Amino acid sequence: MSMRRVAVVGAGMTRFVRRAMETPKELAWHAARMALDSCGLTLKDVGGVCIGSAPDAFDGVHMKGEYLSDGSGAWGKPVMRSYVGGGTGVFLGPHGWYHVASGLFDVVLVVAEEKMSSFHPHAQAAFLTIFDHTTERPLEPNLLWIFALEMNRYMQTYGISKRDIAQVAVKNKRNAADHPCAMLGEASITVEDVLNSEVLAWPVQRLDVSPVSDGAVAIVMAAEGVAERITDRPVWVQGVGWNLDTAYWTNRDLAYPEYVERAARMAYEMAGVREPRKEIHIVEPYDPFDYKELHHLEGLLLADRGKAPELTAQGVTGRGGAMPVCPSGGLLGVGNPIAAAGLMKVAELFWQLRGEAGARQVPGTPERGLAQAWGDLMQVGTVTILGTQRPA
Amino acid sequence: MTQRIASYPGTTLSEEQIEQGRVLSVHDRLRADYTWDAGLAIGLYLDGLKAGVILGVRCARCDRTVVPPRAFCEQCFAPMDAFVPLADVGIVNTFSLCYVTWDVKRIAEPLIPAVIDLDGTSPPAGIMHLLGGIAPDRVHIGMRVRAVWKPARARQGAITDIRYFKPHRRG
Amino acid sequence: MHPVAIIGVGWSGFRPVTPDVSYKELIYEAAVRAYADAGVDPRRDVDSFVTVSEDFHEGTSIFDEYVPDQIGGAQRPVHTITGDGLHGLAAAAMQILTGRFRVVVVEGHSKASNILTLPHITAYAMDPILNRPLRANPLAVAGLEACRYMHESGTTREQCAAVVVKNRRNALRNPAAAFGADLRTEDVLVSEAVASPLARLEISDHADGAIVLVLADAETAGRLSPRPAWIRGIGWANDSPSLESRSWARAVYAEQAAAMAYKMAGIGNPAEEIQFAEVDDTYAYKELQHLEALGLCSLGRAGPLTVEGATAPDGCLPINVSGGSLGVGHLLEASGLARVLEVVLQLRGQAGSRQLGDVYTGLAQSWRGVPTTSGAVAVLSNQLGGRES
Repeated sequence: MSMRRVAVVGAGMTRFVRRAMETPKELAWHAARMALDSCGLTLKDVGGVCIGSAPDAFDGVHMKGEYLSDGSGAWGKPVMRSYVGGGTGVFLGPHGWYHVASGLFDVVLVVAEEKMSSFHPHAQAAFLTIFDHTTERPLEPNLLWIFALEMNRYMQTYGISKRDIAQVAVKNKRNAADHPCAMLGEASITVEDVLNSEVLAWPVQRLDVSPVSDGAVAIVMAAEGVAERITDRPVWVQGVGWNLDTAYWTNRDLAYPEYVERAARMAYEMAGVREPRKEIHIVEPYDPFDYKELHHLEGLLLADRGKAPELTAQGVTGRGGAMPVCPSGGLLGVGNPIAAAGLMKVAELFWQLRGEAGARQVPGTPERGLAQAWGDLMQVGTVTILGTQRPA
Repeated sequence: MTQRIASYPGTTLSEEQIEQGRVLSVHDRLRADYTWDAGLAIGLYLDGLKAGVILGVRCARCDRTVVPPRAFCEQCFAPMDAFVPLADVGIVNTFSLCYVTWDVKRIAEPLIPAVIDLDGTSPPAGIMHLLGGIAPDRVHIGMRVRAVWKPARARQGAITDIRYFKPHRRG
Repeated sequence: MHPVAIIGVGWSGFRPVTPDVSYKELIYEAAVRAYADAGVDPRRDVDSFVTVSEDFHEGTSIFDEYVPDQIGGAQRPVHTITGDGLHGLAAAAMQILTGRFRVVVVEGHSKASNILTLPHITAYAMDPILNRPLRANPLAVAGLEACRYMHESGTTREQCAAVVVKNRRNALRNPAAAFGADLRTEDVLVSEAVASPLARLEISDHADGAIVLVLADAETAGRLSPRPAWIRGIGWANDSPSLESRSWARAVYAEQAAAMAYKMAGIGNPAEEIQFAEVDDTYAYKELQHLEALGLCSLGRAGPLTVEGATAPDGCLPINVSGGSLGVGHLLEASGLARVLEVVLQLRGQAGSRQLGDVYTGLAQSWRGVPTTSGAVAVLSNQLGGRES
């Protein structure tokens, strides 16, 4: 049985803002409507809806997928919400893909929304409840702890400096200055700015971290035979992968994200990618913290272990470099409404591969891009590979 | 398409607009209370902590000892019931100096969370806890630490029965 | 659709409380049974895992963090659906249908006994601006629906009570059920009103438990399983989440989910072709409303059929032979899997003293509870064509 091929045919996104006037339903609707408009479809053309949203705690809404359903265009339709923590947005690639590839749907609307500003006193406090209720939560851990602990271990293992890592924040915030939806684009930010920013949880400083944000992103996915009728430039899903490591996060090697490697290998195998460093032309790895971009490039096998900072220093990962990384501006620059930020990376590949990314457009004619996200207790890797070539 | 779109939806509000009531909102507090059954393995772990002992568990098939204890091995999926006491000393695998509390309040003296690989486990097999009794600038990866327990009568069978880990010199 | 089969089932529970085990240990027991039943090693033979859960039912944000270890899914493709177990089943079936996965596992569980403020949490599923400030107990939403449904269909309180009597009596023959009882219609009618017309005994109680199912493609199922239960059709749908713009009498979500599943299964006349069903009976009237939505009888007929005994185990259309949620206990997100579990056991001839004679096609249906209008339907057969050859 040959696999049914699936393409992305439309995309839309809201601005990412600190506190949105719109309700979660309205944010979802804006992005969904824009995605449908972008490819000339209406809700009548949509067979099913896929929703991505991270913890319910942000919105203070239990069963948030149900709440979001009408805003996401799912009234009277089959709708399913998936989540894998921070990995959710990019997981919507596989999630939408299997809806269509299964043969059950010809067109699905895929919507990611996050409104983090509803939570008081601060969205970050919602993260206390991600830790194990018996063995960890009584210590009153902060979300920053796990990042800081992992970052420190990564730095120590490979002898990486804060200065090496700060370059990522600078690159991405500068890239974001060209993104019309970005929250924190800064064309003139420097490494010194990052190194001099407030220490939150050493080695994590204020500008190492992506901002808490509200926003929504949507894409439209369609089956082969249908996609070509919707657009003359479908962007094909060439590979998907996901992998979840054990919940015992303190029982693993924090210097290397093996779950990302496993997710990447799953996606590369499906895409027929044998030499990822040559065959992946644009990368949108997950960058909620600057070191994560480096960590993930290594897990994706796009850099040797401990060597991703060198690629950044040499400009290889700049927008005009040999392997542009986060040309969108990433989470560090565009913002981090969790699930929406992940799907924003998939949407960015769609726009880049169609040559529609405006001021953010990478040079040349890229044919294949990879989006990746990460989440949970430093535990999940999700990967979506898109390309201009229809898979064989 | 993006290059053809002139403006994007999404309207930002300022704190002032909400504080001054220029934008209406509803405030509500969730009552979400739980009592989580600890179960066999974590139940024994908590019993051990109350008695001043850190319990691990051994998987004979995988030849490894891990903490916190669990009733089954997540690597080979076999049941595990060989619970073993571990030393309350270990090595700092990684740490952070954290200047904000879980609810994002700034603090002057940092909390020092760490992952500690306990002696007798098969690394990587650490637990998360706090470091104390040391100046923040003296903490380093690889340092040996020992548990500082609450007095026996103050212990409740909780991870906080260990107050923190402090520097430990061999011998 | 290419065939997908359920080749293994495992469960633990179902009990009102399970203080002796953690949720991980509860799920592990169900998983070990399911893998032994299917003859697979999760660390070697399973390509992907799907779990279902809702954060606020667990008391943990991003609960998918904690799902892999107890199902053997660490370092494997695992993801969570915030839906009912039948949504999870659909996700797993879709993965197999892509042709890239041979064996996929679905897990759902309930530790409802650990939630001390469940009504408050359910209330948090209501619209935060329009509905929640009214401070109505979410059961009132069921009361509103029951009232309108009974008004339009002519269903009586006695007919609803007959559902309770039947299902709790059925549960007496299900060793896994938590709430088996021999009640009289009168007992139900005189139990205290909770959200009129709903009375105390018409509302299912919660139970703790876990269910794991192993799915496989046709080739693998043929190799591993002597008694595969084929998923012939599956469907799911939402009506409006808004209380202000939904049908209060009809279970539109169930009508639409059934239409999708029937189309896939090639079922034109469900009342003829579905021999028995396990349907959502979170509240007694829901069983009746759902039977009508599923096209198993016409509007207003489900109540009289129940009183006449047609939906009893020895009737012409046995419904909730397991005891349903009223008899087994409501298992939160695992409730839909409990319905599937019973259908599989019946199709395999493994339902013990409650075994139905000569069944080959059954239906499982779920609803996500108040205030949602979300549900799913699966049609299962022990023969690929549906009818025994």
